[in-house]
Amino acid sequence: MAKDNGFMKALKCRECGREYPLEATHVCEYDFGPLEVVYDYDRIKKSMSRKAIELRPQTMWRYRELLPVAGEPTVGQQVGFTPLVKADRLAKRLGIRELWIKNDTVNYPTLSFKDRVVSVALSRARELGFETVSCASTGNLANSVAANAAAAGLKAYVFIPHDLEQGKVVNSLIYNPRVIKIKGHYDEVNRLCAEIAGKFPWAFVNVNMRPYYAEGSKSMGFEIMEQLGWKIPRHTVVCMASGSLLTKIHKSYQELSKLGLVEAPEDYTIHGAQATGCSPITTAQKAGLDFFKPVKPNTIAKSLAIGTPADGFYALRCMKETGGHGEDVTDDEIREGIRLLAECEGIFAETAGGVTVGVAKKLIASGKIPADDSAVLCVTGNGLKTLDAVIGHAGEATTIGPRLREFEALLDDETKSTAKA
Amino acid sequence: MAKVTVGIPTPLQKLTNGEDSIELDAETIGSAIAALQAKYPGIEERLVDEAGEVRRFVNVYVNEEDIRFLENKETTLKDGDEISIIPAIAGG
Repeated sequence: MAKDNGFMKALKCRECGREYPLEATHVCEYDFGPLEVVYDYDRIKKSMSRKAIELRPQTMWRYRELLPVAGEPTVGQQVGFTPLVKADRLAKRLGIRELWIKNDTVNYPTLSFKDRVVSVALSRARELGFETVSCASTGNLANSVAANAAAAGLKAYVFIPHDLEQGKVVNSLIYNPRVIKIKGHYDEVNRLCAEIAGKFPWAFVNVNMRPYYAEGSKSMGFEIMEQLGWKIPRHTVVCMASGSLLTKIHKSYQELSKLGLVEAPEDYTIHGAQATGCSPITTAQKAGLDFFKPVKPNTIAKSLAIGTPADGFYALRCMKETGGHGEDVTDDEIREGIRLLAECEGIFAETAGGVTVGVAKKLIASGKIPADDSAVLCVTGNGLKTLDAVIGHAGEATTIGPRLREFEALLDDETKSTAKA
Repeated sequence: MAKVTVGIPTPLQKLTNGEDSIELDAETIGSAIAALQAKYPGIEERLVDEAGEVRRFVNVYVNEEDIRFLENKETTLKDGDEISIIPAIAGG
């Protein structure tokens, strides 16, 4: 019955189109293609209007009809509607006319965009009767699952690579889930979780709940459009791990266009950003290929370290369809990206954010994002989570004794050296 | 001929009478798939497309190494090798 499923119709395979009931299942039985939620857009059109949305609370749930939860959300009701910051100083530094930062470094409650996907997955998991939730994670997802599960009174198991940054590990442990470290990299953790999900009746947010989970990312795109005055940005730069976020930003632009909620878009372009040390998707894009070659990740951007990206094909397709470019940056360029964003706009992003800024810088410099245009950068997580990556690379403090004379001498020196330079 | 074990993922267990682990004799991944097909008709079409290549969302590992880093279907097997078949990896 339509009422039981909210505005959702079915799960559908993105490869062969076979349909499945709206349960906790994520792969097509026929060809292992990923399943995606299909909506009843006719009914949604009657329910959503700009006016109606604008009256709703300032959270991601103002776009409820397009999120895959049948009833009211019971987890993460405060998530989202993060600031869209006009970044004039950074725009000048990078040489572009207009730049915006979609700032998920301050997302609630765990300071990354993951809260969007987790609140959807956990709300839906509750609807499907699960009591234990779980995930395979490079860190941000584990934090988010642990925190949101705690707030919802759900039991949680999180699986992470053993060498994850200390900040991220403690950030999960504090909520009192079970945290299991796996002696391997992320892909191996995920593989194990797929096997566990097959045996235990748990809701793995990014395995068996993935079709619902992934849809939460669209909210970032919806908010960007609303915050720009119901417009699609000319350029969007999105970092890629599995590639899912980029494909869902694209979907969000398509959905609001389809529903007539944004001005008829002229061209819009979506670019993908990766770390050079794990760049299967951007490497393929630059070579003009439709498929990627899996890699073994080696980068400080651990949150983007997925060597076999499940949405790689689709991310490539989105970039191709919108004329977007893939680009990647080295570890040093990542750190520079983090510093630039912090110095110019007072926003401290984690390594993934450094990737996004670093790649935007390259795309603007090479003219792939024209200097005259406007761009939105999706910054996905807070810098406090990857302190290890910038310790020793954030400049130095000067030490003096507690004497006015010493301080004045210091200032004097600095004035002299600035004059010389 | 190598004696190997093949782990069958949940979505395919319907085709193997619920068995999650199958023992086979095979020289390569390609012949392992053929051997599976001989035992459980219909399974090959789930794993391999019309062009004869392993489907792009099917990940096959030999002792935890993705066959795409080895020789794909031509990857040779030895006694005791463990093959696992897993749907694609998702982010977190």
